[in-house]
Amino acid sequence: MQGIIASVLTIAFVLIALLTSSAALIWAERSLLALWQDRYGPNRVGPLGLFQPVADMIKIFTKDDWVPPFADRPVFVLAPAIIVITVLTAFAVMPFAPGVLVADMDIGVLFFLAMSSLSIYSVVLAGWSSNSKYALLGGLRGAAQMLSYEIFMGLSIMGVVLLAGSFNLNDIVEAQRNMWFFIPSSGLFIFFPAGLAETHRLPFDLPEAENELVAGYHTEYSGLKFGMFYIGEYLGVTLIASMITTLFLGGWLGPVLPPAVWFILKTGAVIVVFILLRASLPRPRFDQLMGFGWKAMLPLALINLLVTGGIILALTDAPVFPGGGNAEPL
Amino acid sequence: MLSLFKTAWGVFLRAFEKRVTVSYPEERPYLAPRFRGRIILSRDPDGGERCVACYLCAAACPVDCIALDAAETEDGRRYPSFFRINFSRCIFCGYCEEACPTYAIQLTPDFEMSEYARQSLVYEKEDLLISGTGKYPDYNFYRVAGLAIKGKDKGEAENETPPVDIRGLMP
Amino acid sequence: MNGLFYIASMIAVIATFRAVTGANAVHSLLYLTVSLLASAAIFYSLGAHYIAALEAIIYAGAVMVLFLFVVMMLSYGPGQEAEEKRITRPGTWAGPAVLAGILLFELVYVLIDRELVPENAAAHGPKAVGIALFGPYLIGVELASVLLLVGLLGAYHIGRK
Repeated sequence: MQGIIASVLTIAFVLIALLTSSAALIWAERSLLALWQDRYGPNRVGPLGLFQPVADMIKIFTKDDWVPPFADRPVFVLAPAIIVITVLTAFAVMPFAPGVLVADMDIGVLFFLAMSSLSIYSVVLAGWSSNSKYALLGGLRGAAQMLSYEIFMGLSIMGVVLLAGSFNLNDIVEAQRNMWFFIPSSGLFIFFPAGLAETHRLPFDLPEAENELVAGYHTEYSGLKFGMFYIGEYLGVTLIASMITTLFLGGWLGPVLPPAVWFILKTGAVIVVFILLRASLPRPRFDQLMGFGWKAMLPLALINLLVTGGIILALTDAPVFPGGGNAEPL
Repeated sequence: MLSLFKTAWGVFLRAFEKRVTVSYPEERPYLAPRFRGRIILSRDPDGGERCVACYLCAAACPVDCIALDAAETEDGRRYPSFFRINFSRCIFCGYCEEACPTYAIQLTPDFEMSEYARQSLVYEKEDLLISGTGKYPDYNFYRVAGLAIKGKDKGEAENETPPVDIRGLMP
Repeated sequence: MNGLFYIASMIAVIATFRAVTGANAVHSLLYLTVSLLASAAIFYSLGAHYIAALEAIIYAGAVMVLFLFVVMMLSYGPGQEAEEKRITRPGTWAGPAVLAGILLFELVYVLIDRELVPENAAAHGPKAVGIALFGPYLIGVELASVLLLVGLLGAYHIGRK
């Protein structure tokens, strides 16, 4: 019984923290973009404009929640929920601090990959159910882009999995006590762009490319349903950033400060880089995006995996076939 | 690929530059004296209306936002019986000021004239007329013009020679 | 864990049924996705965590999205939904349904005196699966990968024309 109460409390804590932080991210992103564009950004609502997300939320809540008459109603309503649900579920395996995680799964990394692959449905279904050409094009782009980049994302993680010898995120963090994994495994440089494409953030925001597709897959959405996509995007950014922290930057490991603070600091730093890229890089054409993925990222991811495996084999005297008895290939 | 990182670094360095935004309601911009803002009608130094209702401003106005009607007092001064500027049409080009022969209509350095109701942007004469002289403090049209009004006959204006007696024989 | 298994199985059966009977292609695909996720949950409840994750990633996350991608490209409208309803009237599927029913009866009969769910199945982590795949089943894995490569090359060749 006590275990159940503890896990319910953890879930509630994680949910509140995530939703608050994604609301704060809206403010942070606008302020940082303004800083890099020599502007002030939101500074009218409350001290430093900190209540801007609250004002936005009130606006979104009071807006007309309109479903277009030509849309496929059940799917149209379902689509925005999927992105929030999948991203929030993916956080279940995230170790925020020693002991602070919702589910200690032995397939944590795979669970994250599964949830991020399910979040594609949100974009695709939103694009299809809107029954509008812009939305459909956005949905098609989203499906192709996220499906392709997910492959490199998975491959880039495998180097880390090799080094840690486990899919469990807790074990992966513990294995980084001596050295953060972005040094021996350069998977970070593949995971990062893949994460950008996966969350369809600028510069890879082709599914919503506002100057060609109005607003892409969420063209027909308004009110709270649009708010779900909006929050889902920021939750996705937080998810990718905390995943990068956990996999490559040592998770909650760090001297002096408490582990949770280290986790938040590292995740925040990664998010700032995300926003910096948004502020500075232009959006590629769609064929450039796919070409970059399949012609540059895929070979790099495979080479990275190969080299990491080779280094592990060279440095450790682990048996090639850890099954023990079957050391000889058949 | 390297250029992308250079771009990102360049953008990052912008964080240490001065912000160019003027936070307007707290921080007012400097407006030059000849800034073309809200239109006013000015008065003579001795308090009379400068406008002589010549219609030149209405004729010069490219968007036809000025409407007026001429009238005349008993002492011979012309004045507009009404003077209306529709600021929802006005483009603040300043042609009316250029056309005005008496410096009566002037544009001022004031642009804060937002309204909630569109009808409120139609300014009547009592909204336009100020009690001062505007940009030309010493100018008084009737004191320099040859027109005879009550209290100033022909030839009595500044720098004006007395009228020639057309029936006399003297040169 | 048993309750989880039965709930997931129920969801899988109902979702598959709706996927087969639905007239709207995208709705059917969604039901199929739910069915696949339910079978992932079944695998998880049986202790095969690795297979559960792969089921969700590959089938629900990738293959179904590709299906959806293709269906989205087809110009699909209300007219086709009526057409779909017309060709799937009861007379069409009555025969297959009877045959499948007999098969189901046989399946249930075979399973009836056996333990349906292994009560204390040992959880198989990814490590055990990996050792099994690259140990005794190495040749099978290699053959499968060669088969996939052949499929890939074939698709590329066809796509060039």
